[in-house]
Amino acid sequence: MSHDAQVYVKSETEFNYIKQKRRKDMRGQITTFAIMIFFTLIAFTAVAADFSKYLIAPVILLLAVVQVILQLFYFMHMSEKNHNVPMYFLFVGAFFGFITILTFLTIIWWG
Amino acid sequence: MDLNKKYTPQTWPDHPEQVTMEGKNKFLGFWLFLGGETVLFASLFATYLALKNKGPSGMEFSTQTLFELPLVFIMTMILLTSSLTSVYAMYHMKNHNFKGMQLWLGITVVLGLAFLALEIYEFNHYVHLGFNYSQSAFSSAFFTLVGTHGIHVVVGLVWIILLIVRNAKRGFSLYNAPKYYTASLYWHFIDVVWVFIFTVVYLMGVVG
Repeated sequence: MSHDAQVYVKSETEFNYIKQKRRKDMRGQITTFAIMIFFTLIAFTAVAADFSKYLIAPVILLLAVVQVILQLFYFMHMSEKNHNVPMYFLFVGAFFGFITILTFLTIIWWG
Repeated sequence: MDLNKKYTPQTWPDHPEQVTMEGKNKFLGFWLFLGGETVLFASLFATYLALKNKGPSGMEFSTQTLFELPLVFIMTMILLTSSLTSVYAMYHMKNHNFKGMQLWLGITVVLGLAFLALEIYEFNHYVHLGFNYSQSAFSSAFFTLVGTHGIHVVVGLVWIILLIVRNAKRGFSLYNAPKYYTASLYWHFIDVVWVFIFTVVYLMGVVG
């Protein structure tokens, strides 16, 4: 019974509309990909250009965070509705991950 | 109801991965698993950051002398592109184009294999230099973090290949749509982890 589903036949108009919408969404995905590639290029160029490490480190970390947010919200569809619980799971995981990293960095070498 | 009931593009649901109770459970359960994976990788990152460039006295290796950016750059581009190809696969799944989806997943697998080959080459190169798993605290932390990611790539590849082969003659059903969807989520997550690895391990390692 767990695989039951109602069958709904789309009308021609509905079908064409959803097809158009998907094509538009896919164009958005390609834009997201272009931005991600661009950020990666900036990060690698900044390191290769040998700027001060106090400038580079925060910039490339920020680029990484933005890139991951794009990946999660667009490639993994977290921006679509019906994703509240997945967001909760992932952000709780990220929160505990952040605490772990903070602890290891401070407890071991700052004391 | 028959699990292998055939659909047409007109009857195929908008979100085939979440129509059945089974699909909904897979979707939620898989995101919970990804939350757990986040904690796993965070603890490995924490260990690596704490032990980076540290070890017994007389250490001849450091992140600055070891890492080579061109190789990491190529690996990054390959994995990022494979993430886009699996988005294409899911696009075709929503459009009920089975051949298109199988083809794009096949491309994803090829890119994943290329990434894996480069990673094996890289590890092999380090071991030849004398930077092996038990060389220092730094080397253990490095290989554990990057190697765990590599194992995830292997698991993802095996998973996707099995899906492609097992369902080749079946076509779409509401039974296998959630399976494809979770596999693609897993593949994206592998890329999410890699974004932090190339930034925190390689780029910040080269910067010092």
